[in-house]
Amino acid sequence: MAMPRQSTPLAWLRANLFSSPLNTLLTLLGLWLLWLVVPPLLQWAWLAADFVGTSRADCRSGGACWVFVREHLPQFLYGFYPAGERWRVNLGIGLLLVLALPLLVPRLRQFRRGWVLALLAYPFVAGWLFYGGLGLPVVPTARWGGLFLTLVIAGSGMAAALPLGILLALGRRSELPVVRAVCTVFIELWRGVPLITVLFMASVMLPLFMPAGVSLDKLLRALIGVAMFAGAYMAEVIRGGLQGVPAGQVEAARALGLSYWQQMRLVVLPQALTMVIPGIVNVFIALFKDTSLVLIIGLFDLLGIVQAAVTSPDWLGFTREGYLFAAAVFWVICYGMSRISRRLERRLDTTADRQQEMA
Amino acid sequence: MPRPLTYHRPPFWRRPQLRAWLLQALLLAAVLGGIAYLFDNALANLARQGIASGFGFWNERAGFGIDVSLIAYDASSSYGRAFLVGLLNTLLLSALGIVFATLLGFVIGVARLSSNWLIRQWAAVYIETIRNVPLLLQIFFWYFAVLRPLPQPREAIELFGLAFLSNRGLVVPRPLLEPGFGWLLAALAAGLIGCLLLRGLLRRRAPGLRRWPWMLALLLGPAALVLLITGLPLGWELPEFQRFNFRGGLTLTPEFVALLVALATYTAAFIAEIVRAGIQSVGRGQREAAYSLGLPPALTLRKVILPQAMRVIVPPLTNQYLNLTKNSSLAAAIAYPDLVSVFAGTVLNQTGQAVEVIGVTMAVYLTISLAIAAAMNLYNRRVALVER
Repeated sequence: MAMPRQSTPLAWLRANLFSSPLNTLLTLLGLWLLWLVVPPLLQWAWLAADFVGTSRADCRSGGACWVFVREHLPQFLYGFYPAGERWRVNLGIGLLLVLALPLLVPRLRQFRRGWVLALLAYPFVAGWLFYGGLGLPVVPTARWGGLFLTLVIAGSGMAAALPLGILLALGRRSELPVVRAVCTVFIELWRGVPLITVLFMASVMLPLFMPAGVSLDKLLRALIGVAMFAGAYMAEVIRGGLQGVPAGQVEAARALGLSYWQQMRLVVLPQALTMVIPGIVNVFIALFKDTSLVLIIGLFDLLGIVQAAVTSPDWLGFTREGYLFAAAVFWVICYGMSRISRRLERRLDTTADRQQEMA
Repeated sequence: MPRPLTYHRPPFWRRPQLRAWLLQALLLAAVLGGIAYLFDNALANLARQGIASGFGFWNERAGFGIDVSLIAYDASSSYGRAFLVGLLNTLLLSALGIVFATLLGFVIGVARLSSNWLIRQWAAVYIETIRNVPLLLQIFFWYFAVLRPLPQPREAIELFGLAFLSNRGLVVPRPLLEPGFGWLLAALAAGLIGCLLLRGLLRRRAPGLRRWPWMLALLLGPAALVLLITGLPLGWELPEFQRFNFRGGLTLTPEFVALLVALATYTAAFIAEIVRAGIQSVGRGQREAAYSLGLPPALTLRKVILPQAMRVIVPPLTNQYLNLTKNSSLAAAIAYPDLVSVFAGTVLNQTGQAVEVIGVTMAVYLTISLAIAAAMNLYNRRVALVER
């Protein structure tokens, strides 16, 4: 693909678009596709679209009806969370963003210990903010929904999957046969089945397994299912990282007299985890997209609430607008995460040279 | 005077072997105990709710209809039969999805490396768009936003006069198998087996011989002979619009079409990235070396680049096939009668036997996964042997 450096735009055009008859044909094909897709899309989504109004009667021009999305925006973001309490959601998500800052700004990394403590405390603070109690009015989980619920499921799934995955990965590489067997069976069991059956299991089978009189919240059951599922995938990613740590590192740690957990915590895991950051982010992106499946067991995540809105009698037929909005939100978040992971990867020096060394 | 060095035996509870043994015994006890506890709870709960347990329901009358079935099925068939219908529908959807996803994925993967800037950008836009949007959303889009709002069969969109697209689905010509078809298949199979035998033989006896004309002749020869004798034993039944709906032809339901399109385009984006990585993994020196040996570009691709790229491509590719098969369970969301929808949906609702039904469903997917993983390991071992 290495082209000699071109000096003029004309030369660039000739080299990249018209270098041979076949290439010219391909360029024409690409232009034709462009002409086929872009003008109608622009016409529908922007030029002929309706942006202002309050009901479907305001959408008359034949293009996209963005009034639909505008009217439903609070619902899409918060579900049925009471309007007066939404500041709690905003505060909780805002806190998380503040906590994520040290990941992006290298200078903040000196406060590492405090940061880890804050991160450990975060789930409890967020749980209190979102659910209520202790002075805040309780908002039952049945009223949670929209993008907020999507973030809750993906976030808590990830928070549970990371430690679970580390334990499972260590267990699968253990020298103790029983530990190894239990972890291997656990991992392969969850990885071998589709998430939807896991969610079905969480919603219809889990209640049967509880002792009489104990019933778990529907959201909590889904969270357990998602955590197990993501934990198994995470374990395989982390196992890859563990295999990449040279054996000499463990031997050296053992020679220093460190115990097994000290070896893992101080020597092996820091290296293994930085090595597989891209893989971890990939699991997170997959998990984030998969949260949309919870609509099948009757939870209203972003896609679930969009689906409910497009099938509501008042607004029947605005499926394209609704799906396009949901797709845009998912796309921005997933694409953003993959870009951040690429940056982290570059900064933490886990790339090319070390991986080539191993290959 | 130096004290003599003595070796203190560590106390027995600090001996590594004992600790390992103890730890494992504890873990095993915890796991078994946990499972026993859960099952005990489940049995008590089922007894209280008056739900039967065991597989007695398997042969009972199902009493519900399924609109897509590859085998004979009606409401009087058994639950076991319904399970089979669902399983076959899952396999059909997955198999077709894999074929289309592979074709599309390879085309886009190669386009991603094209020397044409515009094509390269198109491929990148496709991959980044499709990969970062949930599959379920894409299935909904194709089903609720594209296929359902299509016109009635009366105003169906005609595709080359052969197929018709309407809100009832896609109607395509139906292949009609005439009596001689079995013979044709048998002849093709015989040709294939003959080919494989011949290949081994020629490779040993006549290594310099140009093999492919002989192989081709052997592969197609018997089939051509059968064709000459019987005439083409395959006809097509074209769909035809009559009053309210289409008669004849093969109708693919909108659910099936939406799932197939969504699964194929979604998985193709991942396959494209795998193909790109595979081709890029072959060092540039390989191509240059092949050229300097005088190999023409096509032969270089076939004999030098692809065999090495495939070694990188095939393991993640099978992984994607597996993902597609598991993702086909999203059919339940738009009520295409796949395994999850029929068995873990309708059958579960009717019998209430959650443990057995979910257990069987998971076991099916697990079996498919483990079988593909085993095949993968076999392939990896074969490829590793070739390596020098």
